[in-house]
Amino acid sequence: MTFMKLNLRAALLLGSLMIGASPALAEMVLHRGNSGEPQTLDQSQTSIDIEAFIVKDLYEGLTIYDANGKIVPGAAESWTVSDDGTVYTFKIRADAKWSDGSPVTAEDFVFSMRRVEDPKTAAGYANILYPIKNAEKINKGGMPVDQLGMKAVDEKTLEITLERPTPFFIELLSHQTALPINKASFEKNGADFVKPGKLVGNGAFKLAEHVPNDHLTVVKNENYWDAANVKLDKVIFYPIDDQAANVRRYEAGELDLVYNFSSDQIDRLRASNPKQVHVTPAAATYYYPFDTRTEPFNDVRVRQALSMAVDRDFLAKDIYNGTKLPVYSMVPPGLETYGEPAKPDFAGMSQLDREDKAVALMKEAGYGEGGKPLNIEIRYNTNPNHERVATAVADMWKKTFGANVTLMNLDISSHYAYLQEGGKFNVARAGWTADYADAENFLNLSVSSNKTFNYGHYENPEFDALMKKSYEERDPAARSKTLHEAEALIMRDQPIAPLMNDANLWLVADKVKGWGDNANNEHLSKYLSVE
Amino acid sequence: MFQFVLRRLASAVPTLFIVVTISFFLMRFAPGGPFNLERPLPPATMENLMKAYHLDQPLWNQYLQYLKNAVTGDFGPSYIYKDNTIAELIGKGLPYSVQLGTYALLLALIGGVIVGTLAALRQNSFLDFLVMSVATTGVTVPNFVVGPILTLIFALMLSWVPAGGWGDGSLKFLILPVITLALPQLAVFARLTRGSMIEALHADHIRTARAYGLPQRAVVITHAMRGALLPVVSYLAPCAAALLTGSAVVESIFTIPGVGRYFVLGAINRDYTLVMGTVVLVAIFVIVFNLVVDILYGLLDPRVRHD
Repeated sequence: MTFMKLNLRAALLLGSLMIGASPALAEMVLHRGNSGEPQTLDQSQTSIDIEAFIVKDLYEGLTIYDANGKIVPGAAESWTVSDDGTVYTFKIRADAKWSDGSPVTAEDFVFSMRRVEDPKTAAGYANILYPIKNAEKINKGGMPVDQLGMKAVDEKTLEITLERPTPFFIELLSHQTALPINKASFEKNGADFVKPGKLVGNGAFKLAEHVPNDHLTVVKNENYWDAANVKLDKVIFYPIDDQAANVRRYEAGELDLVYNFSSDQIDRLRASNPKQVHVTPAAATYYYPFDTRTEPFNDVRVRQALSMAVDRDFLAKDIYNGTKLPVYSMVPPGLETYGEPAKPDFAGMSQLDREDKAVALMKEAGYGEGGKPLNIEIRYNTNPNHERVATAVADMWKKTFGANVTLMNLDISSHYAYLQEGGKFNVARAGWTADYADAENFLNLSVSSNKTFNYGHYENPEFDALMKKSYEERDPAARSKTLHEAEALIMRDQPIAPLMNDANLWLVADKVKGWGDNANNEHLSKYLSVE
Repeated sequence: MFQFVLRRLASAVPTLFIVVTISFFLMRFAPGGPFNLERPLPPATMENLMKAYHLDQPLWNQYLQYLKNAVTGDFGPSYIYKDNTIAELIGKGLPYSVQLGTYALLLALIGGVIVGTLAALRQNSFLDFLVMSVATTGVTVPNFVVGPILTLIFALMLSWVPAGGWGDGSLKFLILPVITLALPQLAVFARLTRGSMIEALHADHIRTARAYGLPQRAVVITHAMRGALLPVVSYLAPCAAALLTGSAVVESIFTIPGVGRYFVLGAINRDYTLVMGTVVLVAIFVIVFNLVVDILYGLLDPRVRHD
């Protein structure tokens, strides 16, 4: 009896010792809500932000974004640019290693980017790297991949030759398409190189487990060059696409971070803890293109009048609860290389004045009350928020011009297939999120040769010429000025009516440290920790 | 009996063939394709993708190729979840759905039959009205309302169970999704049982049994139940097929990694092979459960026995 008691006491003591000691031993885990299942972890096939969050933790490109969205050296410790701006020479870190301990070499980058441009790979974002010499010719077929303008000078020196100076090339290299993959692992495992147990990465974390639609676990990569500064031991990504479920699991304490939640929850979440709600303007524009091939939308006055009559403040505040910002330019605000975007004249007027001006313009064009009937069909992809926006815009046009507005919606694939294949329309909803933080990415959507994305088939030789000039401009200030001139033209002609600037919504639990809001929506787990 | 089963299994082959053929072509009539996204792809990339997935070939060829591969059990790669084949996706998700569905089916069946029987025995009593009102509510309130309400109460307010996820598959993770999934079916079973039980209790052989002075329990369980269960059993087949192949709604609400979501995701994303995979899966479940029910029917009712 005594013996048993003693034993029990010893066990209790041991137990309490273990509990007492556990905080020091406990691993630091971040539960990261990721709002959707990644379609792939193959960097050449990824296309969406939730995939980028994961692959950028697993792999590291030549350049990366820091917690505040600034470009900093990644796998490359430094680089030089030739005087004519067409040759970049990168010095890869001496201590950059793959998760299996082998060194990261210049050859790995050459191999990965050749694979991206190889038409057989069918990489969705191959065009991101088109500024590299011959990339486009290889990707469109005909030229062998070894003609790509990339050369491994020695094990740690990489030379990239461009088609022409590209001022935003360093930004492009931080895109997930430019991430390196491990050549040896790919050659050994083929398409399975992305599976747990096989994936070899050079990022701050390595892949441990993946149960589709349940969780994806990454653990700290001890071979990472900056491992000493990585605080988290483990990050679990939860691919929850149901926005309400995300918030419920966050409120139950099961998630530390939630990406994108329903905007109608924002007031309630702010009331319970204002610090946890992070709304950051994104490099993304919500806009309505007009079909400039069809009457009356080929008349610039009609387009200006329709655009002016849209009360963007109402859309942003009343429909999106302030989770979007009203805008009057195609290029979103906050791009470092661009500054304040160019706005149309009416941006400075009050909504009442805009409406008066709009009515006058419409009358001059001969449409609406007292003129030819104004029939407009708004097309949008099926979604409750897009429907509310279309309904509100229809109501504004009815009230202002006596227009007869009808709504038409298709599921997302059909909607974009129709627009991209050149289908005729009146007005359509569209959205564009920056691939890289540069104005060119938004403005080239209106270039006449851009048959796929220029939904409204806007044609303005003056605009095209300015865009062409901007590619040849070496001086950043002069280039920015040219791009502003180009944007001023489309803001005058309104082939598109920019309506709102999207925002990224995050819920960040108080215990998460190291978080930085940024317009590029870049949040590497290596900067985060949990208290 | 054995011959009957063999015959039925043989007839499943043309059925599956017709299902596959119709779905294959129906799917292709929908506008857009797996690569038309909000984020549009440049034409050159689109061409590369279509080539890589053989979508540039004539539809007829694609169909024959699909049939040929399907016969060997190869349902192709997913166009959307590119790291996985259809077989892998369904293989990984199905065990979760089947487990969840089995518990829900058992709960619905046992609960529904007990509740329905009690209601029938106390016909038009307070208990009857209560049970039937609850059952009606169970059918009419959709599970995307029931699920979040249960989560709000038991996970967020009381913190008794997690708000979602599969976790280690233990009871605390499963209880809310199982209840949410089972509730509407439980209501159907209860109504079916009540109706047929009332009918059965008025049958001649029951009156005879009572006249012999058999105890109530023996009358109900041994004699009335057997006949009363026939409609319940016929509903079992479609119900089991539906529950075991997962529910997109319940799996989304409780963030469970089953196959239910693939029905919706496949269709929305035009992931042709994924849609085909889920269609074949459901077809197989329906065929198998119809067969099981026919056999059960024979056991319960000698008139339809297959010898």
